[in-house]
Amino acid sequence: MDFSVLRNLISRYCAGEEYWVDSRTVYIGHKEPPLGADAYIPQRYPDNRIVSSKYTVWNFIPKNLFEQFRRIANFYFLLIFLVQLIIDTPTSPVTSGLPLFFVITVTAIKQGYEDWLRHKADCSINECPVDVVKEGTVVRTQSHKLRVGDVVMASEDETFPCDLILLSSSRDDGTCYVTTTSLDGESSHKTYYAVPDTMAFKTEQEVDSLHATIECEQPQPDLYKFVGRINIYKESEDPIARPLGAENLLLRGATLKNTEHIYAVAIYTGMDTKMTLNYQSKSQKRSAVEKSMNAFLIVYLCILISKAVINTVLKYAWQWFADHDQPWYNHRTEIDRERHVVIRAFTDFLAFMVLFNYIIPVSMYVTVEMQKFLGSYFIAWDKDMYDDELGEGAQVNTSDLNEELGQVEYVFTDKTGTLTENNMEFIECCVDGHVYIPHAICNGQILSAASSIDMIDSSPGGDHREHEELFFRALCLCHTVQVKEEGTVDSIKRGIHQGKPTSFYISSSPDEVALVEGVKRLGYTYLRLKDRHMEILNKEDEIERFELLHVLNFDSVRRRMSVIVKSSAGEYLLFCKGADSSIFPRVVSGKVGQVRARVEQNALEGLRTLCVAYRSLSLAEYEEACHQLSDAKLALQDREQRLAQAYDLIERDFTLLGATAVEDRLQEKAADTIESLHKAGMKVWVLTGDKMETAAATCYASKLFRRSTQILELTKKRTEEQSLHDVLFDLSRTVLRQRSLSGLSVDCQDYGLIIDGATLSAVLKPSPESSGSGNYREIFLEICRNCSAVLCCRMAPLQKAQIVKLIKASKEHPITLAIGDGANDVSMILEAHVGIGIMGKEGRQAARNSDYAIPKFKHLKKMLLVHGHIYYIRIAELVQYFFYKNVCFIFPQFLYQFFCGFSQQPLYDTAYLTLYNISFTSLPILLYSLIEKHISIETLKRDPTLYRDITKNSLLRWPVFLYWTCLGLFDACIFFFGAYFLFDNTTFTSNGQMFGNWTFGTLVFTVLVFTVTLKLALDTHHWTWINHFVIWGSLLFYVIFSLLWGGIIWPFLNYQRMYYVFMQMLSSGPAWLSIILLIMVSLLPDVVKKVLCRTLWPTATHLAQSNRPCLTVEPSTIFVLSQSDSRLSF
Amino acid sequence: MIASSYNAKEEDGHQPGATGHVGAGTMTNKKPDNTAFKQQRLPAWQPILTAGTVLPAFFVIGLIFIPIGVGLFVTSNNIKEFEIDYTGVDMSNPCYNCSQSYSWNNTKSCTCSVPFSLDQPFESNVFMYYGLSNFYQNHRRYVKSRDDSQLNGDKTSLQSPSKECEPYRSSDKPIAPCGAIANSLFNDTLDLYYIDPNGSRTAIPLVKKGIAWWTDKHVKFRNPSGNNNLTVVFQGTSKPVNWRKPVFELDPSDSDNNGFINEDFIVWMRTAALPTFRKLYRIIQKKPNNMTPTLPRGEYILEVTYNYPVRSFDGRKRMILSTISWMGGKNPFLGIAYITVGSVCFCLGLVLLSIHYRYGKRNNSADISS
Repeated sequence: MDFSVLRNLISRYCAGEEYWVDSRTVYIGHKEPPLGADAYIPQRYPDNRIVSSKYTVWNFIPKNLFEQFRRIANFYFLLIFLVQLIIDTPTSPVTSGLPLFFVITVTAIKQGYEDWLRHKADCSINECPVDVVKEGTVVRTQSHKLRVGDVVMASEDETFPCDLILLSSSRDDGTCYVTTTSLDGESSHKTYYAVPDTMAFKTEQEVDSLHATIECEQPQPDLYKFVGRINIYKESEDPIARPLGAENLLLRGATLKNTEHIYAVAIYTGMDTKMTLNYQSKSQKRSAVEKSMNAFLIVYLCILISKAVINTVLKYAWQWFADHDQPWYNHRTEIDRERHVVIRAFTDFLAFMVLFNYIIPVSMYVTVEMQKFLGSYFIAWDKDMYDDELGEGAQVNTSDLNEELGQVEYVFTDKTGTLTENNMEFIECCVDGHVYIPHAICNGQILSAASSIDMIDSSPGGDHREHEELFFRALCLCHTVQVKEEGTVDSIKRGIHQGKPTSFYISSSPDEVALVEGVKRLGYTYLRLKDRHMEILNKEDEIERFELLHVLNFDSVRRRMSVIVKSSAGEYLLFCKGADSSIFPRVVSGKVGQVRARVEQNALEGLRTLCVAYRSLSLAEYEEACHQLSDAKLALQDREQRLAQAYDLIERDFTLLGATAVEDRLQEKAADTIESLHKAGMKVWVLTGDKMETAAATCYASKLFRRSTQILELTKKRTEEQSLHDVLFDLSRTVLRQRSLSGLSVDCQDYGLIIDGATLSAVLKPSPESSGSGNYREIFLEICRNCSAVLCCRMAPLQKAQIVKLIKASKEHPITLAIGDGANDVSMILEAHVGIGIMGKEGRQAARNSDYAIPKFKHLKKMLLVHGHIYYIRIAELVQYFFYKNVCFIFPQFLYQFFCGFSQQPLYDTAYLTLYNISFTSLPILLYSLIEKHISIETLKRDPTLYRDITKNSLLRWPVFLYWTCLGLFDACIFFFGAYFLFDNTTFTSNGQMFGNWTFGTLVFTVLVFTVTLKLALDTHHWTWINHFVIWGSLLFYVIFSLLWGGIIWPFLNYQRMYYVFMQMLSSGPAWLSIILLIMVSLLPDVVKKVLCRTLWPTATHLAQSNRPCLTVEPSTIFVLSQSDSRLSF
Repeated sequence: MIASSYNAKEEDGHQPGATGHVGAGTMTNKKPDNTAFKQQRLPAWQPILTAGTVLPAFFVIGLIFIPIGVGLFVTSNNIKEFEIDYTGVDMSNPCYNCSQSYSWNNTKSCTCSVPFSLDQPFESNVFMYYGLSNFYQNHRRYVKSRDDSQLNGDKTSLQSPSKECEPYRSSDKPIAPCGAIANSLFNDTLDLYYIDPNGSRTAIPLVKKGIAWWTDKHVKFRNPSGNNNLTVVFQGTSKPVNWRKPVFELDPSDSDNNGFINEDFIVWMRTAALPTFRKLYRIIQKKPNNMTPTLPRGEYILEVTYNYPVRSFDGRKRMILSTISWMGGKNPFLGIAYITVGSVCFCLGLVLLSIHYRYGKRNNSADISS
């Protein structure tokens, strides 16, 4: 026994090794198990205190500083600051210290405030009252005092304080209802079950008498997975072991509904609960813009270092002559002279680095971040993306990817719920080839079978009759639908509805609801599940009761679900429904041919089809199945896999009953959206788990495939006839031939590709002969590249992600976007560059894991074509402009070194160095990057082809970057040499007095500030009052600041070099003239370039811009229509 | 309370579709505001730079800049400037001996006379400059080597000058004014004589007031207060190493031009931007009777008290006489630049005009077709 304790201790402290305890044992009510059972090991778990806050009062400053300086930019500026503190540098440490301090302080205050809020929230959560059963009585305690093993009593509408295993509930059947709105957004009531052995405990005393342990896995974040086992000890008996699954686990954050109270035992507390584990942030996605920004930064860092190196080398070359180094008027200090030359050179290098460090401004990071953060509000504010029915607008989960929306080349979309409404309507069913169509309008009234069923094949035999009844019962029984009864106390309502309680069905799958409602219209009504008995009301208004024995849940791999029931006659029946591909291979009898024909016909019409089959089980078979299932369920490890095996064994030898068809209508404007995306140059791929025929029909309806599109099929059917190799080569030949031809012809043939999951995995599978695998992939990609639309059907969720990954990794590295609404789309949403979730009906998982969530598919159009486009324009200009303005700023300093003996003499005053990026030139570009709209929203929406102008990161390519940098260098030369020639050995005042070096710097700086701001003004296409305010305001601020800065002898400064410098400069006529001239000359090349580009090589954007009236107040269609008049003015 | 909970329940019950509908009842006021700002529909002026709009601007700029340039050029050309190098590098230069025999400890000053002649008369006020070349007044070590609060008359700084002044901070006593700039004050004395045609020398009156910025003289530079006798005020300080006389003897004749507020000193303290620079030395005021020019044509002699060594760093010393217009001294650069830019703009205007006529139509027709 000691040994085991030791072993346990060791293994517990060897976390990360394979000896990690992978299960935990919970002693309910902290009672030791009787002897003979496993040793009682008191394990230590965290208490139920929730700590979402990051800091405490004590560690806030060090920890926050550490976090902030982990960012490379902050660290860089800290280094510069330290260098300035240590060595004798040209600029005072204040110039870099102040901005850094400002940024750090603001961030710290913001984070501190957020953390304080979190502390407060934590506190209120941790101190909320909880009822705990202790020694047979209910004790009220605070939430954070809860321990693992405590038995908790929760009442209706209470939120669970930690993850609990349900022991018993006030309902007789041991169930309780729970909503998990706060966890996953699904508002439907979910049913949770108590273990049969404990569900009888109704009072505290009874619960307290329970003697049991729970073994379960260590906490893990998946909300829908739980594996555990409860061992119940009764006197002198072997413990009874029962499996526990996700259906027994009540999650922290969920709320108890429609149940008076429950008893449950805490198993995961505090930071171990699934809710807190889920708060961990997702992996970071980086946008293409960010990547090019980093590349530019590296270039600038190289420029910075090479500048410093060049200057250092030149300095020492120049100082070779002793009288240059130390002329009689300018000696070094004693200490300086004694220093070794290498140290001196290194210090000089650092000093040059400090002097030129402004070329990488701290403010760029702040501005980019603010732009992204504030800019994302416009998406959430957009009323065009608000859905009235849902009551929600677009939702931004990350602001890092705004501009990536403007770069999308591939769109991967789910079909169900994304392209379609996911609002299912039961259309027809077919039993052994006989078709039944319920009347669409039935007003809740049950129509008689005769009038509602349209017989196609009327040869009713005994066999058929039997099948028909079985079929409808199967539909009534084989589902996981819950009945929600309207107000159990609400008798008035009950009266209105002819004594019948109004009830409606709730399920996580809309198909099931449609089926159950459809079959209700055909005469069979599912009433409820009571005491593990399913009750149905048959055509003769009799209630039939079936005991529900097992539910073999649906999963997307098996693509089917089954129930095992026991009829009142004592027969064991297994009903199964599922996709045709997963049913037909398991069918041994039944009219397969007729049903298959009907299914295929329905699928062609775009209907969703399901097949229904049954199997009659003998008692022995049933017991064997039971055994297999409970074995698998009890397994603590690999439970999924073992369950799947068990299901596979049980679900076989079916007799086919029939098939159903459900319609899923296209979402409004889905076709229009897809067409726009096509026009914008995006390739749209539909990835669906549906049948090929259904999916293809949807694709035609949504205009993904047009009538003229030539469809290439790469399906299992075809690869069965020919080898995959031949098919692939065949297709690629077709496509390539077309391409070589289309070089001459005007309109090229559209291709659409259809591929199914099986073929896809064959294509992607590395084939045994090593040469083939890479080839297939390449050929496949080549084919895809030439198809405007691709449909992938029969896809498993993971395959969806695989496809996205495949395209992402192809040699052009295109930007991908995945959009979906269901849990099966999450993997591709996470995989794609941009993931968009639809707030659909299949829960909130997709929306939660996405980067952006929108209510409807049609909103994608505005999201990409408008928001993506303008965000890209904004951030591209922001990045380029920041580099440009800092080249303009720093390059004159570099040039000045050639005229001041490479002595690191700064050209500008300290205040100008500090404030240039912080205040003189910061606001105009920030506001530009928030509200610039180079083309009106209406135009962008109307003309999707404009999107092509910005694809492939076109505004941040190297040539563009080079242009901006050259422009910056040109402007810098103009500023510097303009001032140089003006100052050249002459005076330019009318009283003959001379100006000094600070006036020189101020002149350059004034020209610089004006040029840089006016350059932005030239780039602004959308002048709102805000732009006017910040642009002219910044210039005015510069002038006022300079007047003030030079107007007073500042008592706290130890130098007064700027005193009256600015005013003296303004008092001279030639200074004014040269400022105007230099600004003009600096702006001239850019203006000429703009005009020439627009006139000689106009892009679609240029044309769209010149096609609008110059002054629009609330641009409206009338203006647009009257454009022909306004054109004359140009 | 009861009523509201009842309502909530009822609403709950009417959830349409009854599937997993996301609680419609609870989130009704999430609808975004329909304001111009939030919908990005602020009224805006949307200018575009097209050939058509830029054309007139180019012509206008051309038409404005060219006359301005011509005006500036003519003004600059009308300014008379005379420059003479008296460094004494060549043997032929009268100051050659002085420049050779130079040493700091030399108490006896060396003088030399440089004759020159003016071809044209200088009208109106004439400004006399001294110019230095290859003198790095903008070297960082040099620029910062001063104590502005000492120069502003601060008593504590007078006794303990700022560290920036090293190595010209103190000899045995603190140096006033401290620092490299002050230490290297230009100390040549220049005098100008007119040689009458009959051979007699007339000294030309040189005004030494008004050569420094008014604000420097009256605000930025101040003698330490407390006593009118500067000798007492500066007690406990020593003169800069290279100076011949202490700061309070810079101009003993005029108490308003002595000590820190000596204008020659102030002018020197404003460090020049470039290694070749000139500084205002004296003003020759025009004659009260406007008939004769300030400096008539003829022969002159510049008498130099040669104190300032520049040979060691290969420097040059010059004396410049210049008249001044509203736009300052002689500087053809601005005029030429204006003329050039004006013509370039005008030419660009013409080029754009032709482009506009050739291609502008095409664009418009393209618009119509689309």
